[in-house]
Amino acid sequence: MNLKFLTLVAVAVATLSGCQATKPLYNYGSYQSNVYAHFKNEDSSVTQEIEDLEKTISESSAKNLKIGPGLHAHLGYLYIESGQKDTGIAHLLKEKALYPESTQYIDFLLKNAQAGKS
Amino acid sequence: MRNIKLSAALALSLILTGCATTQAPMDYTAFKKSNPKSILVLPPTNQTTEVIAPYGVLANVTVPLAEAGYYVFPVALVNETFKNNGLTVAEDIHAVPSTKLNEIFGADAVLYINIEEYGTSYAVLSSDTVVVVKARLADTKTNDILWEGQARAASSEQSGGNGGGIVGMLVEAAVKQIMETAMDSGFQIASIASGRLLSPEMHNGLLYGPRSPKHGKEKATK
Repeated sequence: MNLKFLTLVAVAVATLSGCQATKPLYNYGSYQSNVYAHFKNEDSSVTQEIEDLEKTISESSAKNLKIGPGLHAHLGYLYIESGQKDTGIAHLLKEKALYPESTQYIDFLLKNAQAGKS
Repeated sequence: MRNIKLSAALALSLILTGCATTQAPMDYTAFKKSNPKSILVLPPTNQTTEVIAPYGVLANVTVPLAEAGYYVFPVALVNETFKNNGLTVAEDIHAVPSTKLNEIFGADAVLYINIEEYGTSYAVLSSDTVVVVKARLADTKTNDILWEGQARAASSEQSGGNGGGIVGMLVEAAVKQIMETAMDSGFQIASIASGRLLSPEMHNGLLYGPRSPKHGKEKATK
């Protein structure tokens, strides 16, 4: 009886939880771990973060996956912080192009970047 | 007898899939009316002694919210912006009028998170990493509360049974605590807690946002 019972449970679980198996909208790669490392202010964080995020971006374009909200903005900020202002601004503009919802904030950040603040 | 077995199996599977709950359904009228496109997640307030807790939680909110169909403001940058404006304490940030937040960020809604538990505790027979979070979503223009929710996750959920007797259990508990501290399992458990908190699939969960194909096609109970 036990085996039969367990099989029944397993089948029911698979059926009932099946509704959650949707394809993700975005590829975030290492983004959340990078953000965490950034918060913790780990050594060599910025260089490593840039490298990881660039890798996530190239992987995504190779696999034709969408980059999620925030990733380009975060990367842009890292570039600006490390002195590569033009690359940084390009990523901020990319965030705005992909996600017009960010326009107001990105414009605020761009204004600060132009003024030399971050 | 067959019927009893069948209903027992069904009941057990409902428990396992987490679909069955007795909570009253949430009122989504204000949420639907507001229909936010973008969510600004503020640095969480922290009721625990773990200094790292707000970072562990904040770093884990983007993916579930984005997957739910919302634009999520870059959490680390938002944190910087507050810092640059002299706001370093989460309580102070939570006290900023939402209309002001709308002015700077252009966010439709703002998510206030409070961390109630975070970290690893060592008990004689087991160590357990627990994260408990509560959240409130508010419209930045009207200040209306659109949604409230809470979630819990624990590392003990994943441990299986142990056949090693009491000594085995003690050793396992000690080893597990060392591992949980060293591997920063708080961050991993926070990821599960955030996912549960912000998933529209949960009972009384968020509604799907405009960037999700499921937007506006909520179940009848919502």
